[in-house]
Amino acid sequence: MIESEIWILIIASLVAISCASIGVFLVLRKMSMLGDAISHSVLFGIAAAFLLTSSRSTAVMLIGAGAVGLLTAYLASALNRYGKLQEDASIGVTFTWLFALGVILISAFADRVDLDQECVLYGEIAFAPLDTIEILGKDAGPRAVWMLGFVTLANLIFILMGYRNLKAISFDPVLASSLGINVALWHYLLMSFVSLTTVASFESVGAILVVAMLVVPANTAYLFARSLVGMLSWAIFLALLSAVTGFFLASYFEASISAAMAMMSGVFFVIALLSYHLKALKSVRPMSFPSAVR
Amino acid sequence: MPNNPSPLEVHDLTVSYHHRPVLWGVDFTIPEGKIISIVGPNGAGKSTLLKAVMGLLPLSSGYVKIYGEPLQKKRSIVAYVPQREEVDWDFPINVLDVVLMGRYGRLPFYRRLREEDTALAKDALNQVGMLELQNRQISQLSGGQQQRVFIARALAQQATVYLMDEPFAGVDAATEKAIVTLFESLKSQGKTVICVHHDLNTVIEYFDWTILINLRLVACGPTEEVFNADNLNTTYGGRLGLLAEITERLRQSEWKRRAE
Repeated sequence: MIESEIWILIIASLVAISCASIGVFLVLRKMSMLGDAISHSVLFGIAAAFLLTSSRSTAVMLIGAGAVGLLTAYLASALNRYGKLQEDASIGVTFTWLFALGVILISAFADRVDLDQECVLYGEIAFAPLDTIEILGKDAGPRAVWMLGFVTLANLIFILMGYRNLKAISFDPVLASSLGINVALWHYLLMSFVSLTTVASFESVGAILVVAMLVVPANTAYLFARSLVGMLSWAIFLALLSAVTGFFLASYFEASISAAMAMMSGVFFVIALLSYHLKALKSVRPMSFPSAVR
Repeated sequence: MPNNPSPLEVHDLTVSYHHRPVLWGVDFTIPEGKIISIVGPNGAGKSTLLKAVMGLLPLSSGYVKIYGEPLQKKRSIVAYVPQREEVDWDFPINVLDVVLMGRYGRLPFYRRLREEDTALAKDALNQVGMLELQNRQISQLSGGQQQRVFIARALAQQATVYLMDEPFAGVDAATEKAIVTLFESLKSQGKTVICVHHDLNTVIEYFDWTILINLRLVACGPTEEVFNADNLNTTYGGRLGLLAEITERLRQSEWKRRAE
């Protein structure tokens, strides 16, 4: 295996860990679509942050994307609450609108924006190892590894620290609120981490893989996990498995690596779904009637 | 009453949903150490009343006081049991973990649960007869067992005031009996239980005190005083079939009381 292939696997693993772990809470809160929405609307954040500061530094991107991610989460819930829109409709209206704004910014100021919308949208993991950074004058490996490593670590710390409250607001927000937990605060904290994760992954691996890794492994784990720790571990394991198998599949067929990884996560979902239903079928005993005469 | 404030005082409470009032000028004070029912037709605002008391909904006007103070200061002594349907019972969690949530409000979010928290949760499960099922996945519980878990969670909170939204809805006879026994034991400890209740047939038997509402407060007082045909008529409007049945029951219980 050559060096760039190892870097690709490391990048994909970091995306898998950070997306799958935070995705578990999106799925449990029935907000899978919000992850999809945020992963698109952050484009506006990236473009706006770049236009305002003309800096392409990681910190600026993360801040811009984080702010727009929160805006998406807020607008979606505000339209739902005050605009009498259904929850899915309010998410649909919000993110398409912000995404379109992002595309307009990039295309209108194309001469000044050193961002390629093709790349942002269909960002290809195969090119990620080429974009390296230097630390203290030495080659320190791909930029994506540093950015994703930081975000993965931040996610894991957030989940470990806030584990109990995240569990409570996911199980029942009303109950959590009656226990004195600030549900809105934790919701927006969660959304900030979704935005961070999304934008960090976005650029290096593309939107398809981000959305798939956020939602699919967590939903697969939801089918059979018996505890929240179990669901988190399974989601991360399945995401890693999809990344590795997807990588080899893509190199065999010389296809898009991101798409192959996303597809493998779908394959594992279908396998889990089928075995779940087979198990459910097996556990149904032939109906027994109580003896009619006693 | 500054010396002995009520466990729950509701004053001029109005709650609106999409600019339509669902509770209007509700005003009542309840005594300590009683088992209390909130009764009214569907859509009368019973659950809304509980949620408003818990601060889960914005109030258009009025205030709520727990032992003479706003809820924020007394949150730890008030336990709320939502309706069973409001929760995802496929959530990957077991019985003991749900009950342990009753302890979450007592600790800073980053602090681990202590052994005494687990002991309290197990004790609460024991009180509702669910200790053997502590490791069971919640998706594998019957309706009655789910309700018991919810009540155990409230018990683990070690509250003084319990607000429960239809604890008797869809439970088996054994669970219903277990809950009634539990209420009596809470009452003997001077605790107050307030339930939204649907089954008019058991109001007299289970509850000391009754609040009748339909958008506005109809009556609030000892069950034997306020649970009568007049008030029920005002609360339920023209639903005569139901009323005739209840009036008949009232007459029977009156007859029974006299016979005794």
